[in-house]
Amino acid sequence: MNRVAITGSGTINSLGHSVKETLANMAEGLCGIRPLYFKDVDRLDIKIGGQVKDFDPTTVFNRQQLALYDRVTQFTLIAAKEAIKQSGIIFSGDLAAKSGVVLGTAGGGVSTWDDNYRAVYEEGKNRVHPFVVPKLMNNAAASHVSMEYNLKGPSFTVSTACASSNHAMAQAFQMVRSGLSDVMVTGGSESMLCFGGVKAWEGLRVMSKDACRPFSANRNGMVQGEGAAIFVFENFDKAKKRGAEILAEVVGYAMSSDASDIVMPSKQGAARAITGALHDARLSPEDVQYINAHGTGTAANDKTECAAVADVFGRHADNLMLSSTKSMHGHLIGGTGAVELLACIMAVKDGIVAPTIGYEEADPECALDVVPNQARETKVDVALSNAFAFGGLNAVLAVRSV
Amino acid sequence: MDIGAKVIDIIAEQAILDPGDVTLESTLDSLGIDSMGLVESIFAIEEAFDIHIPFNANDPSDSDFNISSVSSIISGIEKLVAEKS
Repeated sequence: MNRVAITGSGTINSLGHSVKETLANMAEGLCGIRPLYFKDVDRLDIKIGGQVKDFDPTTVFNRQQLALYDRVTQFTLIAAKEAIKQSGIIFSGDLAAKSGVVLGTAGGGVSTWDDNYRAVYEEGKNRVHPFVVPKLMNNAAASHVSMEYNLKGPSFTVSTACASSNHAMAQAFQMVRSGLSDVMVTGGSESMLCFGGVKAWEGLRVMSKDACRPFSANRNGMVQGEGAAIFVFENFDKAKKRGAEILAEVVGYAMSSDASDIVMPSKQGAARAITGALHDARLSPEDVQYINAHGTGTAANDKTECAAVADVFGRHADNLMLSSTKSMHGHLIGGTGAVELLACIMAVKDGIVAPTIGYEEADPECALDVVPNQARETKVDVALSNAFAFGGLNAVLAVRSV
Repeated sequence: MDIGAKVIDIIAEQAILDPGDVTLESTLDSLGIDSMGLVESIFAIEEAFDIHIPFNANDPSDSDFNISSVSSIISGIEKLVAEKS
């Protein structure tokens, strides 16, 4: 069994176009949720989201690339560039042959579906661009990363709704830990902020019209976000040997399935995933100081998650910090675990715990330290990142400071 | 509308060339247009002339539409445009 280091990170999301900017804004408790802007937004009931701002893809990609890259692929490539550059790794020879890319996304190229359905249904067109399929497929982003960086090893996309990124990163972790690969590129991305993407979520009636306020008694739902975060997971000893900067160590993970309901979360399923991650990482509950919560801001998730954490950690639940950064960047659905891992890295590396902003009123069913409204400076050795998806599929990761 | 000039514009854009560098004798291969570039060009031509080009990427030779050179493509399109009107 090999130890696993994180030697690169990159992101673009509503809080920033880089890791540095994102973490600075998380530490400030800034809100990236704003009025949405895209075609037909006036026909939506939900008009806010964590949309990436000041982003003009034509300044980053050429015409031929844009013909093939959905917005979700654009975000992924931007984040991958930052992460791989930071790692300093150039993939060639045997390393390239064994290194792969495992990413998470729930919807893939949603705006490509949306644009082309609009063209054929609304505008009555009978012909679509030849690249519609390669642009919208869920694995497009992973494939373009593999092509851009010569990653020829195991590569695929995981789609488990809101847990997609955590499942993907768990796979990459397992591959490096087992020795199958020395380096894996992993993370996830999502871009559902278009008319059809938001309209579909409206249908569930779980969206907030004004703000994402996780754990607050007056919370009224989730708010969507978009973007990507990508990481380089590397064999710890080899990373150390080559003198790479190690951001954090991934020490364990667990996955579980509720096997009960297609949308309602289960305390037992969540608790089994958290407990499993502790066991896998050979940690006792008291070793954990921070949990980046799934914390969607819905009535059901937040109380169920708090109950699961209370069950697993017992008395120690009152000593640990549990914050939801979705209050700032929104819920990136399949990409959310990846962006939230950044908050865990900030906690164990920089000793800054990102807050749950928008917190206004204590909820007796969420009676934990949710780091309300203001970031906290404190030493964190171990952090967990929770993701509990629709469909009852859960994945929890554990990272440690180095 | 000059069909030939319009087709050359579309092919040149696909090949990222100046229209002046695309001759009637050029083949798509010589212009660096691969199979993806070919289907994209056919799409752009269909859009420009509002026609349907009988082309199957599985076997480009097994269709009525001859893509062996720029001139053969232009004459194929002229025929389709004439049939349409």
